[in-house]
Order: sequence, then C-alpha cells, then structure tokens
Amino acid sequence: MKFNFFKIAAVTACAIYLTGCTKDLDRLPQNAVTSATVYSTPAGYKQALAKVYGAFALTGNNGPAGSADIRGIDEGTSDFLRLYWKAQELSTDEAVVAWNDPGIQDFHNMNWSSNNPMLIGLYNRIVYQITLANEFIRESTDAKIGERGISGADADNIKKYRAEARFLRAYQYWVAMDLFGRPPFITETNTIGSTPPSQVASRAVLFAYIESELKAIEGELAAAKANEYGRADKAAAWSLLARLYLNANVYTGTPRYTDAITYSKKVIDAAYTLHTDYRQLMLADNHLNANEFILTINYDGLKTQNYGGATFLTHASVGDNMNPSNFGINGGWYGIRTTKNIPNLFPDYNGTADKRAQFQQNNLEINDLSKFVDGFAITKFRNVTRSGVAGSDPAGNFVDIDFPIFRLPEMYLIYAESVLRGGTGGDATTSLGYINALRTRAYGNASGNITGAQLDLNFILNERARELYWEGHRRTDLIRYDRFVEGTYLWPWKGGVKDGRAMPAYLKLYPIPVTDLTANTNLAQNPGY
Amino acid sequence: MNLKRLFIAFVLPLFCMAFANAQDKVVTGKVTDSKDGTPLVGVSVVVKGTTRGAQTGTDGSFRLSVPANATTLVISSVGYTPQEISIGSGSVNVSLVAGAGTLNEVVVIGYGTQRKKDLTGAVVSISEKDFQQGVITTPEQLIAGKVAGVQITSNSGAPGDGSRIRIRGGASLNASNDPLIVIDGVPITSGGLPGSSNPLNLINPDDIESMTILKDASAAAIYGSRASNGVIIITTKKGVKGKPKWNFTTQLSASNNPKNVDVLSAQEFRNLVNTYGNTQQKALMGTASTDWQNEIYRTAVATDNNLSVSGSFKTMPYRVSFGFLNQDGVLKKDNYNRTSLSINLSPRFFKDHLKVDVSLKGGLTRNTFGDRGSIGNSVAFDPTQSIYSGKTRLGGYFEWLDPATNKPNTLSPRNPVALLNLRDDKSKALRSIGNIQFDYKFHFLPELRANLNLGYDVAQGTGNVYVPDSAASQYPQGGQRNEYKQGKENKLLEFYLAYAKDIPSIKSRIDAIAGYGYQDFLTKIYNYPSYRANGTLVPGSTPVFATDNPRYTLISVYGRVNYTLMNKYILTATIRRDGSSKFGKDNRWGTFPSAALAWRVKDESFLKNSSVVSDLKVRVGYGITGQQEGIDYYEYIPNYFQSTNTAQYQFGNQFYYMYRPAGYDADRKWEQTATTNAGIDFGFLKNRITGSVDYFMKKTKDLLSLVNVPAGSNFTNQLVVNVGNVESKGVEFTLNTTPIKQKNFSWDFNFNVTYNKVEITNLTKQQDPNFKGLATGGISGGTGNTIQINSVGYTPGAFYVYQQVYNANGNPIEGAYVDQNSDGIINENDLYRYKSPEPNWLLGVSTSVAYKKFSAGFTLRGTFNNYMYNNYFSNRGVKREILNPANFLSNGSRNVLETNFYNSQYFSDYYVENASFLRMDNLNFGYNVGKVFQNKASMRISASIQNVFVITKYKGLDPEVNGGVDNNIYPRPRVYSAGVSLDF
Repeated sequence: MKFNFFKIAAVTACAIYLTGCTKDLDRLPQNAVTSATVYSTPAGYKQALAKVYGAFALTGNNGPAGSADIRGIDEGTSDFLRLYWKAQELSTDEAVVAWNDPGIQDFHNMNWSSNNPMLIGLYNRIVYQITLANEFIRESTDAKIGERGISGADADNIKKYRAEARFLRAYQYWVAMDLFGRPPFITETNTIGSTPPSQVASRAVLFAYIESELKAIEGELAAAKANEYGRADKAAAWSLLARLYLNANVYTGTPRYTDAITYSKKVIDAAYTLHTDYRQLMLADNHLNANEFILTINYDGLKTQNYGGATFLTHASVGDNMNPSNFGINGGWYGIRTTKNIPNLFPDYNGTADKRAQFQQNNLEINDLSKFVDGFAITKFRNVTRSGVAGSDPAGNFVDIDFPIFRLPEMYLIYAESVLRGGTGGDATTSLGYINALRTRAYGNASGNITGAQLDLNFILNERARELYWEGHRRTDLIRYDRFVEGTYLWPWKGGVKDGRAMPAYLKLYPIPVTDLTANTNLAQNPGY
Repeated sequence: MNLKRLFIAFVLPLFCMAFANAQDKVVTGKVTDSKDGTPLVGVSVVVKGTTRGAQTGTDGSFRLSVPANATTLVISSVGYTPQEISIGSGSVNVSLVAGAGTLNEVVVIGYGTQRKKDLTGAVVSISEKDFQQGVITTPEQLIAGKVAGVQITSNSGAPGDGSRIRIRGGASLNASNDPLIVIDGVPITSGGLPGSSNPLNLINPDDIESMTILKDASAAAIYGSRASNGVIIITTKKGVKGKPKWNFTTQLSASNNPKNVDVLSAQEFRNLVNTYGNTQQKALMGTASTDWQNEIYRTAVATDNNLSVSGSFKTMPYRVSFGFLNQDGVLKKDNYNRTSLSINLSPRFFKDHLKVDVSLKGGLTRNTFGDRGSIGNSVAFDPTQSIYSGKTRLGGYFEWLDPATNKPNTLSPRNPVALLNLRDDKSKALRSIGNIQFDYKFHFLPELRANLNLGYDVAQGTGNVYVPDSAASQYPQGGQRNEYKQGKENKLLEFYLAYAKDIPSIKSRIDAIAGYGYQDFLTKIYNYPSYRANGTLVPGSTPVFATDNPRYTLISVYGRVNYTLMNKYILTATIRRDGSSKFGKDNRWGTFPSAALAWRVKDESFLKNSSVVSDLKVRVGYGITGQQEGIDYYEYIPNYFQSTNTAQYQFGNQFYYMYRPAGYDADRKWEQTATTNAGIDFGFLKNRITGSVDYFMKKTKDLLSLVNVPAGSNFTNQLVVNVGNVESKGVEFTLNTTPIKQKNFSWDFNFNVTYNKVEITNLTKQQDPNFKGLATGGISGGTGNTIQINSVGYTPGAFYVYQQVYNANGNPIEGAYVDQNSDGIINENDLYRYKSPEPNWLLGVSTSVAYKKFSAGFTLRGTFNNYMYNNYFSNRGVKREILNPANFLSNGSRNVLETNFYNSQYFSDYYVENASFLRMDNLNFGYNVGKVFQNKASMRISASIQNVFVITKYKGLDPEVNGGVDNNIYPRPRVYSAGVSLDF
C-alpha cells in the first residue's frame, strides 16, 4: 500500500512538473528593455549616451528623486557636482557650510576618514560614471554597429558618441586621480559581474592613460564649437589636457608646463571669446554664453530636476535677509558662504571696481560655522535670466543654470601660469594680454589692468580665485601652490580651529573609501589613513 | 474568472439538492460545563458513526432526530474533552470537562490538520476564546502577547494601520522579516496597497476561528521558500450543522490620547526666546498661547457591528457574516470604515467522500486621512502664534512667511490645523480572498485522499488627494489634485494526495502527503500625471509609462510523512522544492527539507498511570527554510530602464530620455535558514498546569543583503547579493495554569516568556577588520543621517553613536564625546555600537477570572533590554531648532531645558534610551445576562479598556516604535469600549 501511494504521488508530481508550467518562471519587467533593444537603433544609442552625460547632472532615473544611481547616501546629495564641489571647495578658504549632514563638517575640520559618507558617495559616483561610459564604449564598437545594421551618417554619429564616452571616462579618471590618487581601473574590457577590478598602479600610470586616451580620441571628436551644446568636442579634450599638464608635477613629479601651454593655446585659438558681463555667467539663461563655455553640465528646472548641482549652489547660498525671488527660487537653504580670505582678494566688497565680487555682506568673521550670517554669502548663482525673469520651474524649486566644467578664462590662466612656471612655447606678453582681458571684463574698463611686473605666480592664484571662485577649482589650485595643508597659508576654520592651522600632508589625497576596500581586496589605502 | 464559472457550474446546484432523512426517534438533552454548570452553546452532538447531528442552543439544550438503531451520541466542543453517551429513553444531560481535552484538539497545520498530541514541531494554536479582547480591527492584534517568541507591534495608533510581526526575531537583513500568512489555505502577499497600508485589515477579526503559528523549521518547512520567518495560518469560522444560529455583536468605543508629546509651553517658549534669541527673533513671537496638539487631536468614537448566521441549508453547513466598522482616528478628520462579508459553505457528497469547502471573503475599506504631517508640525509649531491670521490669505491661517517675498517660508513648519483642514485625502480599498477546496476520499481506497485547492486574492486601492492652492504646504506648486490606483491579482492552485493508514501488525501509523503548488502574484500599477488644484497639469509629470505590471510566480512540489510507532514515537519528515521567477535559471530551484522526532514520554509504562504528570512529550527538529520575499522581482536580469520626464538630459535644444543600465546579480539565489528546535511539552495535575519549553537556534546563510559591491564591477555601488550570515538563538517558555477551578469560581493564569539573541556573524565576502558595517536607520535632522548600523558581531540595527561626556553634575556637555581610538580627533572612527532596538526578552501575561456570570481578565505584554533613539529629542531638543536663523521660530522639546544644547548633537548616545516596557494591552469585564427577549436569545455584555498603562523608563511618547527611531508616531490611544453580544 505504501508503495502504491508513492507511485501515485510520484507519477502525479512528474506529470504536473513536466506539463510546462515552469516556463511561467521566466517573468520579464514590462517597462524595461535589454541592451540589445537599446542599441538596436541610432536613437537608442543617443538615449544611452544621454545617460553617460546625464549622470553628471542627475541623481537617478526619476527627477528630482526616487530612483537613485548611488545608494547609501541621501539621493539629493548624490549627484556629481554637489559632491565634487564639496570636496573641492568646503576643504578650502572658498566655502563654509552651516549644515550638519553626515561627514560634511569634516571638510572644514580636515578630519575626514575613509568612512566619510560624502567621500564614499563621490567615489562611487565617479566610478559609476566610468562604468556607464565603459558599457557605452563596449556596445558601440565598429563591429557592434555593423552587426546591428547601422551605417552611413548614423554610424559616424555613433563613432562620435563613442569618442565622447571615452572623453567623459578620461575626465572622471582625472577627477579620481586628483582626489583619490589610485582608483580601481576598469575599461570596456571588464565585464559586469562580481570580479573585483584591480587598482591603478600609480598616479603616473593613470596620468599616462588619461593623456593617451585624450590624444587618441582627438581626431574622432567634433571640431571645437561644432558639436551640440552640452556635448564634448576637441576643445573639451584640449582643455582637460591643459588642466592635466598644469598639475602634472603634483600627479607624477614631472612638470609638463610646455604641454599645458600648447593645449591651452589650442583652446584659446579656437575662437572662444569672453562674454561681456561677468555677472551674467551663472544665470538661468547662461546657455547663451556658449562662446565662453567649452563644456557644461546642463540643468533644466522642468526636465532635468535634482537637488544637487546648480539647484544646490543656488538654494544653499541663499538665506536670512536675502530675497529668494532675486535668485529665482522659492526659498533659501541657509547653507554655504565664504571665508574672509576671498572677499579680501577684491579691492572692495561691493564689486564697485571689480564686478566679480558678488557678495551679500553679512558678518565677515565666522564665529560659528553653523550660523548662515557668519561669513559673506555669495550671489554668483542666480536662477534668473539676463532680463531678470525667474527660471522655468514655476514652483521655484529647480534651476536652469548650466554649470561650466571648462570655460575660456581657465585656459588664459593656465597659459599664464605655465609660462611663469617655465613652460616654453608661450610668452609673457601674451600672458599679460590674457590676464588683462579678464580684468578688463571684470572692471568694465582698463582701470584694473596690471603690468607685467605685477604678474607673478601669487597673482595668478589670487586671480584664479577672483575669476573662478565656487567653480570647483580651489583645492587643486591650493595643492599645486603648496598652500592646502601647509601652515604658510591659513583661513578661518582650516583644520577645525577658528584661526586655522597646519595639517598633515597626507590629507592632500582623500582616502579610498572603506566600503570599497572591504568589497575589493585588490585595493590598498592611501598612506596616512 | 475561472473560479466564478466553476462556482456557478458546480456549487450552486448543490443548494437545490435535497437529501431525504428518515426520522425515527427524537433525543433531547442539555450540555453544561462541569466546572460551573453553565449551559454550553454551540456544542456538536452527533450520532456516532454518522454525520447526523445538531448543535446546542443558547441554553445548552439540543434536539435531534436519530435513526431507531442509533445507540451512541458523540458530544464535542473545542476546549472540552469529547464524551460518548448512550442513547437512553429520557433526556440526555451531559457535563463536559474543560481543558483536559486539549490534547485531542486538532490543530491546523500546513496542508492538513494534526492532533495536538502528534505534533513534532513548535506549533502554537490560539483559538477565539484566547484572543485579545476589546475593539480589535486587524487580525494580527488578536494574538499580540499571547504566544511566546512572537512579537507584534502595531505601527501606530492610526485606525486600520498594520503591525510588524516577528516570529523569533528576524532572519534577514534586507529581504523580508514578515512571516508568511495563510488564510484558509491561501498564502497571501505581504505589503499593502496605496490607500491601505495593511493587507490584513480587510479581514474582519470577528470571522476568525483560530490562528496557528508555525515557529520552527520542522513545522514550517512544508512552506519551503517562504517559511524562514515562520508561518501564521488563519482559519475562518465555518458553518456548523443544525438550525440557524444567529449572532450579533456590537461594540461602541471612545478613544483618546493618554498623553501628549512634552513640548515647551507658550510661557516656557517665551522665556527661552527672550533669554537666548536676538531682537529679530523676539519680534517674531505672537501673543497667543496655543496648544497645537490639542488642536489636532480629539476623542474618537468607533462602532463595530457584526452579524453572523451559521447553520445548514438542507445538509450543507454554511456561515455567512456581515461586519461594519466605523472608526474615527484620534487625529481629526481621520476615519476608517470597513464593510466586510464572509461566506463559508461546506457541502458534502457521496457519503462524505467528497468534501467541498467554499470560502469567500470580501472587504471594502474607505479611509479619510487627516494630514499625518500635522503630527510633526504640532510639536514644532510656535505656541505663541494663534491658529488664524485674521486675514483671508492662505485659507485664513497663520503661517510663517518669507519677509522678502511675503510667500510661505519654504523651510519653516506649517500650521498643523491648516494642514488638516486644507487637505482632502480619501482612499477606497477592496479586497477579496476566496477559495474552493475539494477533498475527495477515494471510494476504492478510503485511506487515500486527493485535495484540490483553487484560490484567489484580488485587491484594488484607489484614492484622491486635493489641496487648494491657498494652502501653504503646497503653495509653490499651486496645490494639488491627484489620484492614484493600484491593484493586485494573485492566483493559487494547490493539489495534493494524502494517505493515512494504521498498520496494527507493526504498531504503526503512516500519514503522508505529496503535492504541487502554483502561485502567481501580479501587481497592477497605474501611473497618473500630477495636477495643480486648479486642474492644470504639473509640467513634466505625465508618466512615461501609464502602467506597470510587476509579476512573480512560485511553483512548488512538496511532501510530508508522519510515522507513528507504538503511539509513542513520532517522526515527521518534509521536503519542498520551490521554483521562483525572482532568480535566474540556474538558481531558481531550491530544496527545503526538514525532519523532527517526538517522544510521548507520558505514554511510556512508567508514566502512564502517574496522577501528577498528565502529559509529557519531548520534541527535536531540524529543517532548512528559504527566503525570497522583499527583494526585487527582476534584479537578476540585465535590463535598461528609461528615465522619467523630469530626468531628461539636454543636448543642443533637445531633451533626451536617458537609458540607464540597472545593476543586477545574475547569481542571486535563495537565502537559507537552518533551524534547530528542541522542546518539551508538559502537563501536570490533570492538565491544570500545562506548558512547553523550546530552545531554538536559527542560522541564516547566503543572506540577501544589500552590500557594497566592488566599485566598477556593476551598474550600482550597492546590490542585494547573497552575502553574510546571521545567527539567532533563544528559549521560549509557556505556562498555562488554572489555579482555581470550582463550580462558581475559576481563575486562569497564562504567561509566556522568550529570550532571544540575534547576531550578525558575517557581512562580506572578504573579512576586513576596518569595515564598520552598513548604515541603516535614517533619522530626521540634517540630510541623509543614519543612526544604526549592521555590523559583524552585533545585533542587526545596533545604534552607531558617539559616547557622550557628562559634567560633574551629570549633565551632558555639548559636543564632548569620548575619543574611542585616542587619536586626538573626533570623527566617524569614534562612533561605537551601543545597544539595539531588538529586545532580548519578551513577556506576555494573560489572566481571567470567572465568578458565576461575571468574568474579568487582562493581558500584559512587555519587552526588555530594547533601546530607542529619541529622534524627537535630538531633532527638536536644541535651541538652534527653536531659534531658527531662517526667519521663523519652532517649538522644541522640553528636553532642551535638561541638555541646554544649542546645536544639534544627533549622534550622541545620550539620545539612545532604554525602551523596555510593560504594557497592559487590555482590561476586560463580562457579564453573562443569560436569556433575554422571552428566552429567544441569550446575551452577554462586556466592557474593556485597551492600552491601559505603560510602565517604562523611556522619556518619549511611546516606547514601542518599530525600527528603533522614534520620530513622532501617530499616538496610540487609550480605548474604552462597551459591547453586547446576542445569540439567537
């Protein structure tokens, strides 16, 4: 009897099992597609490229939030620019913040650890963007385009996209090298899965890789100013090379100022011009400044919404007695200001002489970092158009201001600094001309122009601050000038004390996050951490 | 729908069938309780060897026609020892003995039933008489505090809100920790609907007959991949043969908040601002004295009415019940309204060879939600301001304005009364669960049964939200006028064969099943654009996809063998193989075995005649269960998803939807928990004292945990992968006693206590001593702050904080923390793990006394050694929050007067408080009125108080907050209720 039972049970079970219900276990999401579908059309390629670019601006697939790219950090703070800006500016004399977000005060205190949530978020954002670029590059080889039957102008376009993806990857590797030294190294040959990437052997190796990539794609990229707004062209690659060479001594111990002159000059000669009014550079309709901007991160109050980027820069810098409607937004976030070191670089605080001085003059001295009114507020980013009309989001939440990654004045300043630092192929007269062009725009006339004798390295650093403050350059500049951790240059709250103090040299590199050291045993920590 | 067709084609005609009965003689009698002589209602009286029977009425009497040759009646009732009585000439009077019969009780287990004495696993069944009393609106609350090892914590005091159920702690970190719930053989999905967060609240608790909790693997493993967190089997009431019995119960209740959050009074607030504020801040104060909490809360009234009828139509037992609940929340405007209908039919055919059970349950809830945001704002709004501004703007309410723009300040709290009154938020949720179960006993082989169960679980939630453009809360957006909708459609097919046979020759009994299951879960999501109050479209809000239909399927084969030798040695072995669509082809099938042994020591010769030991059984079991709930349906597949309208990227003048590759883990597989359980069931003194002790150890491996993947190896930095191990062990002790048992007076006293310890033993693929763990437990205050961590060697969710330094007077020094690693700087490396929200000890105590027609009882419930992060104190107990620099003032916690903190110190362990508590859930009184309405009905009246008191050291409003971060929950009210129950 027992035998019978099991026989019946077994037969029944097998019968049901084999009848094919198991195919119901292959469920697919209704609103997703596979990579084969995405890359089957030229339009699909462009949408995938939009992600490789869009990952600079947005925090995820839903605007303003709801489907984050990066986990383990508040989504609103997880975009590239907001994190990069904090790492480059809050650690310097250019910016202080009132908030108490996890890890944010570490930038002033210079006591960041490998557990710092902001640095973990930034590191993950950088590597994520590299991974996205790799996927695009993998899917856009000539062979793959051919297999998918795409040819002619469409295929030519995709080749350009591919070169741009390589540019964006090189840019993020430069960021990673500058901030973290030796990031994990992954290219399109690494597959997606659980294999941990290896670590870059040294900054010099990564430097050489970035340089070779940028040179390799130079021919494939669109001519300077010939691409769509928001997409990289040859000038973008030259600009990054110029920046790379300017800091080569920091990265490799070998100066490359001559190359810096060469590539900054290429950009300068590509018919970019300064926009007439400095105070119109960071406005809601600043896409009109394409003659000066070489590459931008594009934001839109309606279609490219997130809580980071330009929205952060605008809202967070407004507070207290500042009228939000002057900034085209619905309210301030009472966050970021500057230390006295920056206003003190200008002849006056009002911007009467040098129009680049854009301050809300609260308390110059900072007694309490958490008080918005301690420290001058900065009014550079305003979500209004040149004619004073508020940006496109009627609710006043999200801004339209585009953020320039590269703009012409930086190239002038690289040229002049490289000449002063002994690079060849340039000359002092040309340098002076470039610097005075910046000052003429700043003053509205020649009254602020300087003489050749006044043009020294110290002047360049100060001029960079005056021209480029809050645009994400300061930490790199101070390190190049040996003023980041050294006791020779101090600012309020440097190292967490009111008058500032010298800090250990290992802080010139941020730590590799502990999250990745744990996940990936191929990685070694930077010295000192 | 298939089922409907089936119902019409097959079941309906049954109503029309008539079965002839030969009426030979009539037996009458009365059944009473041996204890006190009270009449027993609803006792089954059946002619032995037949299906002919009747039920006793409200006076305990019955009348039954029996065949002339019938000699014996079997009289049985749940909770009493059945008796057989010879049919004599006169009236039959029977007195049933309570309690001692519990061993013969039949307990519902997975795919069948089992005698309690034959159980080999850790199984607890709670029937109606032991349920929590009072106004219980959601089923899981019926057993709160009643079962050792089971922790049930209501999410809040909001009407209709759900609970967090934990059986022996959780087994998982990122997958679900909710037990599987099976209603009448239909496993239901966890997770609510928009507009109805609690999937169980559509079931009327009044329809529930019993709830069985399968705690260990040997009991639960028959549910395989969904059993790691235990199983709760809910059985609803079925029809009982006999004349129609009507029952009507009605309850009226009133509830209010036992206390409010301790905020600064208007006077204290003024003093503080005048002392510490600047001129500008002082000028912001108003002249009123408003207690904002009093303005948003109220005494709430609820009525709960249930009418049921049970009996047989011809020979088909039925039960139909109708329930109507209307409950106001203590938060003004909050209302929860449920209409429920339940139908159970149990026709029998072919001389009981074919049993059919049809069960249909339907519920309709209508919710009106008061704006829950008003709760947080009521403790943060400046008490010196009046409710109304005296102007017409912003609905006439006072609001903080930005002086520069004269528009509502975007950072300030909102007027709580305005939030309530200027929001219209209604939802409607429908749910129906039904099944038809055929159980056929083979004519040629009566030991063999075939059982087919077809079931469905469908639900739909819809809702509308309207906020006028004058409301400050939505001022920049121009108000809102939105709708939402979501549906669920789940289908079930189960088929099993069961075989039971006594083999006297080898003193054995075999009881086995083998089955197949198919279950499909479909969620229907409807996406709508957003509209402003004036009906215009919010730009960019048109969804890219109007619908989404996430779906997953589970296919299973399973078997179980029970082997009993000499009535003393019992072996249970189960195996289940599950296939889930949530995993790739190579990983989707998992096998989950279990085995258990029980030894009925009592039936050994040396104890058989003991008058002291009335029961003794030893059980050991081991099994492996799985887990796949709570994870993404499709994350094993490489997919691209398109971005939304508001996440496009601009090239030139054109915006492009982005195609994003999603992170995926092709190797994802089941999480596995191996459970060992050893237990003893005992009974002394004719089972006046019964109980059990269980020791358990759960080891979970391949944890589905959200971990950091090597950067650059995937399209995400964190992914749910099978990494990590968690161990939990514990001891449970249950004691049920009847210290006094006399004719007119009895006293029952039951208690259970559980010790439980959970520890993470591994979290990473590689060991790294520098890895602190994975942050969890987001808090209010700052952006993205978390207060808890999952770390190896610690309980999940341990608090991760700085150690506060105190001055000589014992007051915390602002910003002073212990430098744990003595490196001279205080940073993240000085955070340490301090306590956890998971209790080590659970306690439940229930007692009841009965004196003549009076009865009274209470239930106490407590947890010990659990801690809570008082986020209300940390966020609102600092001067900076009160004296906000952004042109407004906020009220703060009175805790600021103790700490004197100016700046937020979110990470101080000062805010981690002991949240152990002992709560009296329920205090109830009953009086059995007896016959009323000229003996046509019997009546019982009752009164109860719920949430009577809480004893705790915790300084916040309520020590019971799920998850460990207390940030102003919807207060749990104290409920006073009175009820009447009529049987006729």
